[in-house]
Amino acid sequence: MQRFASASRVFTLARRSYATPPSPSALVLIEHKDDKIVPASLNAITAARKLGGTVTGLVVGEEASTKAVVEGAQKLGLDALLHRTSPALAHALAEPLAPVLAALVKSGNYTHLTAAHSAQGKNIFPRVAGILGVQQISDVMAIESPDTFVRPIYAGNAIATVKSSDSIKIFTVRSASWDAAVSGEGATEVDAKAAEEVGKEQAAWVSEELTKSERPDLGSAQAVVSGGRGVKSKESFDSIIFPLADALGAAVGASRAAVDSGYADNSQQVGQTGKVVAPSLYVAVGISGALQHLAGMKDSKTIVAINKDPDAPIFQVADHGLVADLFEAVPELTKKVEEAKK
Amino acid sequence: MRASPPTWIKLLVPIKRTVDYSVKVRVGPKGVETAGVKHSLNPFCEIAVEEAVRLREKLKERIESITVVTIGPPKAADVLRTALAMGADAAIHVEVKDGQDVQPLGVAQALKAIVEQEKPDLIILGKQAIDDDSSQVGGMLAGLLDWPQANFASKLEVEGDKIKVAREIDGGLETLMMALPAVVTTDLRLNEPRYASLPNIMKAKKKPLKKMKAEDLKVDLTPRLETLKVEAPPARQGGAKVGSVDEIVSKLKEAGVL
Repeated sequence: MQRFASASRVFTLARRSYATPPSPSALVLIEHKDDKIVPASLNAITAARKLGGTVTGLVVGEEASTKAVVEGAQKLGLDALLHRTSPALAHALAEPLAPVLAALVKSGNYTHLTAAHSAQGKNIFPRVAGILGVQQISDVMAIESPDTFVRPIYAGNAIATVKSSDSIKIFTVRSASWDAAVSGEGATEVDAKAAEEVGKEQAAWVSEELTKSERPDLGSAQAVVSGGRGVKSKESFDSIIFPLADALGAAVGASRAAVDSGYADNSQQVGQTGKVVAPSLYVAVGISGALQHLAGMKDSKTIVAINKDPDAPIFQVADHGLVADLFEAVPELTKKVEEAKK
Repeated sequence: MRASPPTWIKLLVPIKRTVDYSVKVRVGPKGVETAGVKHSLNPFCEIAVEEAVRLREKLKERIESITVVTIGPPKAADVLRTALAMGADAAIHVEVKDGQDVQPLGVAQALKAIVEQEKPDLIILGKQAIDDDSSQVGGMLAGLLDWPQANFASKLEVEGDKIKVAREIDGGLETLMMALPAVVTTDLRLNEPRYASLPNIMKAKKKPLKKMKAEDLKVDLTPRLETLKVEAPPARQGGAKVGSVDEIVSKLKEAGVL
């Protein structure tokens, strides 16, 4: 890879008409689901604040189903809050939504546009970047300055610091790397309008199948219990992993092998191609620890691994590794965790 | 009365040559070391090629052609040959210099120019390349073309002149229906790619592979992001083993997580 592109800098200088860079003015897309703010958006707000300028929240969707979301967003201490509605934005499809975002960024002279690096952010933001002709920065872990960002590459096996020469910076935020913005007193005034520049409805939404779960959300949970191939069946996944997760108040994750074998749902996959988590406690049960899985959990504060293979790579990252048969060790651990809580 | 479906579909499958997924990459003074490291077809691109070939197996003559395209250094021709051996008909190689950093926006703009020449009806790409992990090209291309998009597809069906796609979203699946032309990006669960057989690898050598340069497409591939540095991630202090479940419980109590 070529590291220094002098040509691009010349190009930027020629385009830039102001003497000093403008103070950052960030627009954050607040993702919502079932009348609630998606927790990962709260991490994106914290990242936007790091830029050092104003932070404006944006809630888009159908009018009726976004009222509670706007009320919640008002308490987040944002400098401004925009509410843009249209029946066409009901399912947050990329085709109608991306032109709305592109137009807002231009008309509001925002220097930065950001959202969580969630399935929705990953779906919509590249389309916005394409429309605006901007090179997006994905999965930002740290911000060094308003134009310099830190992001993982090669499944988190290398960390790159990149400097953008675009006049508008579009980036998605790795939620596991940032604290969540908290609600407080007071309420930001809402600028509510019908959305402008809504794109053509090119794709029709047909249906949705969500995995129902009473357990905490995987992306934002304080503790995660994950099962891998070693759990051997869906039945044992349900009877061994779930009770430990419940005892710890944890979310349930899985390795790719467990998902491919049908023990767990796709949306529970932790890793390079699934979710990236960084809880206080990550318990890996029957997971060998392939590079692609480690990419999704190695920033967890404490990692516990239970595996019968003493040479499993998971033990190289685990703080506390137990070489044991999971079918005996996990039920015992569940029992003792329950006792410890009493 | 419904319009009759088009008699054929032309497929375009953009692919990328990346460091093999099983290689543990090393970070050297100049970034990730790629010289002398095993490279292969990006796994998600492999799934995209497989899906294109399966569509032909299902729809027969309705698939007019499958063209694979890559933007990359001379060696990227290898992955085009791999895709041809899997069943693609023709390949286009937009050749750039060895070591040249081509970023997703440049790739999407180059692909748009290729789409204008080739006029495909359906573009299937991987959801992300496992080297830069950007997950952008599909969406950017759909935005540039103003075509509908279905990212992270785990099921793709052609119904008349429309496609029905199940997408993997946070918490489950979402199903969309869209008219062609469209852009689809593949998730892991879409299919299991086949291995190319030896006779097919031999046949692939005779299939057409067109070379061109970025200048031919009139696109500027100058990177917008300058990489200031690449570092190895902080190493974890792992490796401690405990002897019993009780020890885990007491360690967790010490750490304050219980």
